[in-house]
Amino acid sequence: MNNTKITVKNLDLMIGKHHILKDINTSIPEKKITVIMGPSGCGKTTLLKSFNRLTDLYPEVRLNGQIMIDGKDVLHTREDITKIRKKMGLLAQRPYPLPMNIYNNIAYGLRISGRKRKVWLSKRVEFYLKQVSLWEEVKDRLKEPAARLSIGQQQRLCLARGLAVEPEIILADEPTSSLDPISSQAIEEKFIELKQRYSIVLVTHILRQAKRIADHVIFMYLGRIVEQGPAEEIFNNPKKEITMSYLKGKFY
Amino acid sequence: MKQILKVRQLGLDRYLKAKLHAGWMMACLVLVMLLPFILGVGLLLKSEMLIRDHSLLDLIFSKEWKPLSGEFGFYPFIVSSLWVTAAALLIAGPVCLLTAIHLTQYAKKYVLRIMHPVIDILAGIPSVIYGVWGILVIVPWISNYLGPFFGKTTSGYTILAGAIVLAIMIIPFILNILIEIFRNVPDELSEASLALGATRWQTIKFVLLKKSTPGIISTFGLGISRAFGETIAVLMVVGNVAIVPDGLFQPGYPLPALIANNYGEMLSIPSYDSALMFAALILFVVVIVFNLFARALIIRTDKHN
Repeated sequence: MNNTKITVKNLDLMIGKHHILKDINTSIPEKKITVIMGPSGCGKTTLLKSFNRLTDLYPEVRLNGQIMIDGKDVLHTREDITKIRKKMGLLAQRPYPLPMNIYNNIAYGLRISGRKRKVWLSKRVEFYLKQVSLWEEVKDRLKEPAARLSIGQQQRLCLARGLAVEPEIILADEPTSSLDPISSQAIEEKFIELKQRYSIVLVTHILRQAKRIADHVIFMYLGRIVEQGPAEEIFNNPKKEITMSYLKGKFY
Repeated sequence: MKQILKVRQLGLDRYLKAKLHAGWMMACLVLVMLLPFILGVGLLLKSEMLIRDHSLLDLIFSKEWKPLSGEFGFYPFIVSSLWVTAAALLIAGPVCLLTAIHLTQYAKKYVLRIMHPVIDILAGIPSVIYGVWGILVIVPWISNYLGPFFGKTTSGYTILAGAIVLAIMIIPFILNILIEIFRNVPDELSEASLALGATRWQTIKFVLLKKSTPGIISTFGLGISRAFGETIAVLMVVGNVAIVPDGLFQPGYPLPALIANNYGEMLSIPSYDSALMFAALILFVVVIVFNLFARALIIRTDKHN
C-alpha cells in the first residue's frame, strides 16, 4: 500500500477578496509522480507553493486549513520554516538561475545550511551536476555566470540545485513549459528516474506529458479539486463531465 | 527612383507634408543632442582667458582664492563640493537602501501604493524650501546640540548642515530608482532561494542585492551627479567661506554656491567672470562623467541579463 507524503485538509486560500483555493482535500503518495492538472488560472501553482509556504512571501495571502507533511502540519508549526522548505525542491515554470556562477548555484543551498568545506562542496556540486546529466556540458565553465547557459541547461541546473539540499519531495511547476522538446524529454526522463527516491508533485497543463509520467492525478477547476485518483482511472474512465471534456481537449 | 515611387504611393501633397514634418522633428532632435556640446564649448571658450594665464594644475590644486590679486585656486571649492556630496550620499545611501528593501520585500502592497506619491511629492518640493528648513531646523540643531556634543563650537552653518539638507533632497530621487530596481527582480528568484532553505535576509543579501548591485551603484552615481550640482539649498546652510574644510563641522563653499553667489556681482575684477565660468566647467565635467559612468553600468548590466 502507498504511504502518504502530503495530506491537505480543508485548505482555503484567499488573496485579498479573491478566493483562490476552495476547500482542498487531497493526499499525495510517497515516491510517486502526482500530476496536478487543470486549465490555466485554476490554482495549481498556488496549491504547489502553499506546500512549502512560499505564500509567506506575499503578505496579502491568507491560508486556512491544514497541510500535513509526514504527519506534521506545516501551516501551524513552530518548526523553522527553512527546515521545512529544505524538504522540498522547487522547479519553476522558467529556470531562474541565481545571480552567481554555475558552481555557486549548486553550492548556495549547501553553504546556507552551514557546509563550508571546499573539497566536500566541490564533490557535491559534481555529483548533482552528474545527476542531471549536466556535468559533461559545464565542467570546464563552472565559474561562468549561470545565465549564460541555454534555457534547457538552466532548467537542469535548477533541478540539480534543488536536489543538492537533499529534499524528499520535488515540487515542479510546469517545468517544461519554456523548454524545447528534447530538453523537456530529458526532464521527464529524469523525473521517472527520480521517483525511486523522491515524491514528485508536478503541475502541468500538457495532457500528453501527464499521461506519459503520472501515477496519480489531481484534476482542478476554478480553485477546486474536481477529481483525483490513480492515473489509469482518471485517464480511462473519468467520472465527472468536466474532467472528461478537459481530457478530450474541449476547453483550456 | 525611390522618391518617385514614394510620391506615387502617397500622393505629392502627403509626400511633401511628410518630408516637412520629418525635417523639423529632425532639427529639434539635433538641437537637443547638440545642447550639451554647445554648453561645454561655451564654458570652455568663456574660461579660456583664465586657463591661458594659469596652469590647469595650479587652478585645481591651489588653495589661494584672492581674486583681487589675480589668484584663483579652486581647491577649497572642489574639496567642499566633494565633502558635501560624499557626506550627503553616506547619509542618504543606507536610508534609501533599507527603505527600498522594506517597501519591496516586507511591506504590504498598499504601503508601497501610498508611499509612491509621498516620495514624488518630496521630490517635487522646491529646493529653496529645503534650504529654509535647513536654516530654521538643521543649522540651530547643529550649533546648539550636535556641535557641543562632539565638543565643537560652531555657528551651525557647516558642511554637515549642507550634507543633511542635500541628503534629504536626494533621498526621493534615489529611493524611486531603487524601488524600481528591486521590483524588477522577479519574485521567482526569491522563491528559488527560499525554497533552498534560505532565510528572508539571506535571500535579500545573496540574491536580491547581488542581482541589483550594478543598478544600485549606478543609482548612487546618478545621485552623486545630482548632489554635486545642487545649488540653492546647500548655499543657504553651508557657510560659504573659501577655506579648505577639514571636517564636517567646518563651513565650506561648494562650486555651485560660488557661481550663484558671485556671478553678476563682482565682474569688475579682471578674470573673475572667466574664473566663475571655469568653476562651471569643472561642475559640468564632473556631473557628465558621473552620469556617463552610471549609464554605462546600466547598459552593461542590461546586456548581461
